[in-house]
Amino acid sequence: MSARWIIPAIGTAVALVAVAGCGGSGGDDAAADGTITLTVKTFSQFGYEDLYKEYEASHPGIKIKADNIAKLADYTPKLQQWLTAGSGAGDVVALEEGILVKLMAKPDQFANLLDYGAGSLKGNFLDWKWNQALTTDGSKLVGLGTDIGAQGMCYRSDLFAKAGLPTDRDKVGALWPTWDAYLATGKKFAGANTGASFYDTSGSIYQNILMQQGDTTYFDRSNKLIVDSNPGVRKAWDQTISMVDAGLSGKLQMWSPAWNAGFKKGTFATIPCPAWMLGIIKDQAGPENAGKWDVARVPGEGAVRGGSFLAVTSQSKHPKEAAELAKFLTSPEGQTAAFKAKNNFPSAPKAIDDPAVAGAKNEYFNNAPVGQIFGKSAKELKPVYLGPDNQQVGDAIGDALTAVEQGKLKSEEAWTKALADAQRAAGK
Amino acid sequence: MRPSRWSRFDLHGSPYLFIAPFFLLFTAFGLFPLLYTAWVSLRSWDLTGDAGFVGLDNYSRLLGDPDFWNALVNTLGLLVLATVPQLLLALIVAALLNRPLRALLLFRLGVLAPIVTSVAAVAIVFGQLYGRDTGLVNGLLGLVGVSPIDWQASKLTSWIAVSSMVNWRWTGYNALIYLAAMQAIPRDLYEAAQIDGAGAIRQFRNITVPLIRPALIFTVVMSIIGGMQLFTEPLLFGQGDVSGGSLRQFQTIAMFMFEQSFQNFDYGYGSAVAWMIFLLTVLVGVINLLIGRRLRGGTQ
Repeated sequence: MSARWIIPAIGTAVALVAVAGCGGSGGDDAAADGTITLTVKTFSQFGYEDLYKEYEASHPGIKIKADNIAKLADYTPKLQQWLTAGSGAGDVVALEEGILVKLMAKPDQFANLLDYGAGSLKGNFLDWKWNQALTTDGSKLVGLGTDIGAQGMCYRSDLFAKAGLPTDRDKVGALWPTWDAYLATGKKFAGANTGASFYDTSGSIYQNILMQQGDTTYFDRSNKLIVDSNPGVRKAWDQTISMVDAGLSGKLQMWSPAWNAGFKKGTFATIPCPAWMLGIIKDQAGPENAGKWDVARVPGEGAVRGGSFLAVTSQSKHPKEAAELAKFLTSPEGQTAAFKAKNNFPSAPKAIDDPAVAGAKNEYFNNAPVGQIFGKSAKELKPVYLGPDNQQVGDAIGDALTAVEQGKLKSEEAWTKALADAQRAAGK
Repeated sequence: MRPSRWSRFDLHGSPYLFIAPFFLLFTAFGLFPLLYTAWVSLRSWDLTGDAGFVGLDNYSRLLGDPDFWNALVNTLGLLVLATVPQLLLALIVAALLNRPLRALLLFRLGVLAPIVTSVAAVAIVFGQLYGRDTGLVNGLLGLVGVSPIDWQASKLTSWIAVSSMVNWRWTGYNALIYLAAMQAIPRDLYEAAQIDGAGAIRQFRNITVPLIRPALIFTVVMSIIGGMQLFTEPLLFGQGDVSGGSLRQFQTIAMFMFEQSFQNFDYGYGSAVAWMIFLLTVLVGVINLLIGRRLRGGTQ
C-alpha cells in the first residue's frame, strides 16, 4: 500500500529541485552592458504578453523575464518559499486578494509603492481596490490593483419562461432590486414546479450579500474578530437561511460533477457569476444551450468576488524600475489591454469606461452587454475591509451553511458552531 | 605506490560509494525534511514568515484541537473499514487464484488492473457513482426502495464511500502478495491433509493461513501505514475540499495537516500535525508488532 505514497513523494522532490533551480537563476539581473532584467511572477492568466513587449520597446535597457505558474494553489506555497528564503521572488509578484489580505498583517516583504510615486495614482483605481493594498494607517502601499471578479447574476431564460417570469435581462434585473426581492422571485419560481432549483449553492449567495453590508465583515480595522457582533454578518446569514428554508437551493457543491452538469441540464435557474465564470458556463452548458443563459444585474448594490494585485518585493535589486513596470501594467491602458487579451475585468474606472471594456458583449449569453453590467456592479460596491484571517473565518461559516443545507444542523446550531470555529481560527 | 593505493581504496572505499546514492537521496529527501519539519513545528511560522521559537505550543494547541481528534477518529474509522474487508477479500481471491483455472494468467493480471489506474480517475468515477442526485449507487438502492442518500452528509456513509474506493484499488495487490506466498507452500502438505480427511476449508485454515503469516503481517503493516496517510481518495471524494465535508465528516489527519499548512498557511502548526502523524504511525506499528509477536508465540 505504501507504493502510492512514493510517487507523490518523488513528484514533490522533483518539484523542489525545480524550484531550487529557478531560485538559482535569478542572479544575473544586471548584465555587463547595464541592461536590467526584471522578473515578473504571475499565476493563471494575466494577459501581459503584449504589454511586456511594448514596455521593452519603449524602455531600452530593461528586459522582462516572465515566470508564470498555471495554478494559484501551486503558486502560493512557492511564493511563500521565495519570500521566506529572501531570494527567488524576482521583482514584481502577482498577489491574489486572499493572499494579499494575509500579507497585509506584515507587509515588510514588499516595497512601499508610495515611495516610488504611486500616491498620485489613487484616482486610477476603484477606492476599495486601492484601500485593500494600503495599510490601515495609510503609510504603506503594498500593491496596485490588476483585475477584479466583477459579478452579474446569470440565469436560464428558458427556465424563467417556464415559470412564467420575464426573460428580458432588464426586466429580470428589475425583479430583484434587493435580496428580499430575489427571495420573493425565488419563491415564485419554486411555486411553478419547473423541476429546477432557483440557485446552485447558498455559499456564493451568502458571500454576495455579505460583501454588500459595507465597511467591515469578520474583522474590524485593528484585526479584532467581530463576527459575532457585526450585524451585517448575521443579516447575511439570516437572509441566506431564509432562502434555504424556502427550498431555493440546489445544494450543489461548487466544482462538483453535478454542479458542472447543472449548467447543461438546467438543474438551477440562477447563479452569481463573476466575469471569469462566463467561460466556464459556456464550456459546461455547451453550444446546444447557446442563448439559454443570460446575464442580469446582481440584487443589492454591487458585487465583486476576488481579484489580484501586483507588488514589488523588498528583495528586488531594482525596486524603482520594478515599481515603474508595475505602474505601467496596472495603468488603465494596461488593464484595458489585459481585458482584451484574457477578459480580466479591470479595477481602474477609466478602463471600465473604455469602449473596449464597456462595450463588450458576450455572444453566448444572448449578446448580453457584460462590460456594462459588470462595470456597474464593480463601481457600486462600497469598500469592505477583510482582515488577514478572512478566508478561514469565511470557510467556517460556509461549511456551517452547507451543514444546514444538508439538514445536518439547525440554523442556530450551525451559527453557534460557525462562531466557535471562527474564534478558534482567528484566536490562535 | 599509485596502483596499491587505488586497490586499497577499491577494497575499502568502493562499497561505500555503491551504497552512497541511496543514502544521499535519503538524507536529502527523507531525513532532512523530517528533521526540518521537527524544527519548524517548534516555531510560529505563517505566510508572513517565521515569528520565532514557541517551544511545544503547537503541540499543546494540537492536543486541544477538536478538529484534530475528529480527523484522527475519521482516519482510524476509515482504516478499519478499508483494511479489514480488503485483506479478507484479498485472502479469498488469492485462494481462488491458487487453483487450476481457465485463463489463469488473465485473472491474475486482472486483479492488478485497479492499481495501475490513476487514483484521480478512480476518485472521479467513484465520485460519480456516489452522486446524490444522479449517482449509480443511489439508483440501484432506489430499485429496492431506499430513498437517495447524500453520501457526503454523514460520517458513516462518507466512510463507506471512501473505503470502498481504497478497497477496490488495493485488494488485488494484496491478493497477489498472498498468492505468491501460497505458491511457496509445499503441495505434499495438502496431500497429507487430504489423506487425513481434511476438507478444503479446513486445509485453508490450518495449512494455508499459518504458512503465509509473514505475508499477512507484511500486508497488515503496509495497509496501516497507507491508511494512516490516507489523503487522495477522501480529498477527491469531497471535490478537493481539504476540510472533508461540511462538518469534517471524512477529513483524515493527512488532510488536516494539508489544510493547516497549505490552506491556512500555518506552517508551524502543520508541521506539528505532520510529526504527530509520524508518531502515531510508529505507535500503531509497534502495537501491531506486539500483537504479531503474541500471535506467533501463541500458535507455536
